[in-house]
Amino acid sequence: MRKESFLWLTLASSFVVLLFVTVPLLRMLTAPSLASLWETIRDPEVYRSIWLSLYTGISAAAICFVFGTPLAYLLARSEFRGKKLVEAIVDLPIVIPHPVVGIALLGLVGKNFWLGRIMHELGLQIVGSPAGIIMVMTFVGLPFYLQAAKEGFASVSPRLESVSRSLGASMFSTFIHVTFPLAWRSILSGIIMCCARAISEFGAVVIIAYHPMIAPVLMFERFQSFGLRYSQPVAVWLIVVCLLLFLSLRLVGSSSRKSESRGRA
Amino acid sequence: MSLRIENLAVDLGEFKLQDISLTLEDGDFFALMGPTGAGKSVLLEALVGLVPQSAGEIYIDERKISHLPPEERGIGIVYQDYALFPHLSVLDNIRYGLKFQSREKSGLKSNAERMQVVDDLIPLLGLGHLLDRYPTTLSGGEQQRVALARALVVKPDILLLDEPLSALDPNFRQELRTHLKNLHQASGATFMMVTHDFSEALSLAQHAAIMAQGKLEQTGTIEDIFRRPTTAVVADFVGMKNLFKVEFSATKACCEEVEFKVGRQPESGSGYIAIRPEDLILSKTPLISSLQNSFAGRVAAIRSHGFFYEIDLTVKTLTFTAVITNHAFFDLEPAVDSNFFLSFKATAVHLI
Repeated sequence: MRKESFLWLTLASSFVVLLFVTVPLLRMLTAPSLASLWETIRDPEVYRSIWLSLYTGISAAAICFVFGTPLAYLLARSEFRGKKLVEAIVDLPIVIPHPVVGIALLGLVGKNFWLGRIMHELGLQIVGSPAGIIMVMTFVGLPFYLQAAKEGFASVSPRLESVSRSLGASMFSTFIHVTFPLAWRSILSGIIMCCARAISEFGAVVIIAYHPMIAPVLMFERFQSFGLRYSQPVAVWLIVVCLLLFLSLRLVGSSSRKSESRGRA
Repeated sequence: MSLRIENLAVDLGEFKLQDISLTLEDGDFFALMGPTGAGKSVLLEALVGLVPQSAGEIYIDERKISHLPPEERGIGIVYQDYALFPHLSVLDNIRYGLKFQSREKSGLKSNAERMQVVDDLIPLLGLGHLLDRYPTTLSGGEQQRVALARALVVKPDILLLDEPLSALDPNFRQELRTHLKNLHQASGATFMMVTHDFSEALSLAQHAAIMAQGKLEQTGTIEDIFRRPTTAVVADFVGMKNLFKVEFSATKACCEEVEFKVGRQPESGSGYIAIRPEDLILSKTPLISSLQNSFAGRVAAIRSHGFFYEIDLTVKTLTFTAVITNHAFFDLEPAVDSNFFLSFKATAVHLI
């Protein structure tokens, strides 16, 4: 009897949690009329901002991929003094409040710091530019990429690398031919996670670059100036983009499970 | 090619290899044996160059390789779990090493020659029907044959095998032993195999070494190690169940109240003697023969092992273990607490 009531409790709370996540999203998705959605996406300001969000997010993920992959490999493969500290440092962007990230980065590239002044002299525009947006997005997206890539590398047996070396492949060739292809699924998941996280960033971006407007900033501005009704269609378009990304993440995950079970048969 | 290891040492913190010196002749099949945790696998990895060595040198013929990275040593390794590349087909696994071989070093001048090596190995190992499959769909024995082919394609000077047969179904071991033996002859490479199993070593290898706690205990022919262990660790490992601490005097050895005739003059005043259980002869009456050691004893325990029996016999304060065939068992009909005579030659007593 008690076991049964516990079962009901778990079912009920699961139901509440699912509703809590889905109802606001469904409400928002169904609020704008098709006509207003159509009108919104034809608005140059809207599609420019969504495109900006997309390409800065993808650029940030690409930067994380290029610079984060070697670090992820190192963290997965070697034990060294201070490894825990390094891991804590790369996880910092997750726990720092977003506006704090923006302020910290602005303090570095703004005109009241020598680095920012030098960059300004050289004509490198960070504040209020896509470059600044990409910098912020890279900062907040990096831990998500590193975590996934590290797990991917850790799942590749070091023995496969040893065998490859004994067959004449250098460390680099071994990485290219064995480690990377075997960790690829996790790396791809990491890229998608990182990208999704980057696109969703608002608090840090708005401090570094209010203009040009990424989609979340545009949404905020329309909400402030015109009200909920005008920000909803933009939100719908952005959420469609995000859902497409997450959907592809899920597809990658499930196709890897399928090939594993095929392998075991 | 020959492999020469001189005073090799490896320091992994909690585990150390010390002062390993070993020579493998060209074309040798060498068995490296020892209890679990002896450091056999660490030695293999040090030879491949995957574990940094703290001292010593390794030579292949006269070429010093101890300072080279794994990819330049010419030493192949086949792991116990085979470590096949799961993302590559069987054929791509086998061909993997070819793309990294520099032409001068491998002695394989043209691509055609390289492909010929692949084409020769595939039927030799019976892999023709598996080439398009992926490793995870193969049985253990099939995986092992792929791993062997992959290692041999690059014509290594030395091939290291880490417990090649232990992960297989016992029914297939004999078949794969034969495969290994044929491959060794066909490839002409020098093989070094880690094994726990003495019968495996006896059937495959010519020379062997016993390792314990990071050190080599004894090196020599299989026969020598089996018949003439030089240290207590080796004697215990190879199954010398009758191991006694003795005091020597002239050609006699005394352990507590039992006096053994040992045939030759030992060097030191005290030491160990070892007698193989199968060298002990049980009889109901004293044997009048050239057997110089004969004792009266009482059966303490009988254990059946299928094809043979192990019998513990108490002689005064010592316990001997003898091995007799089923046939001899039914002739003698030994029972616990019955009295028997135990005889063995002086030459069957090993001085350690």
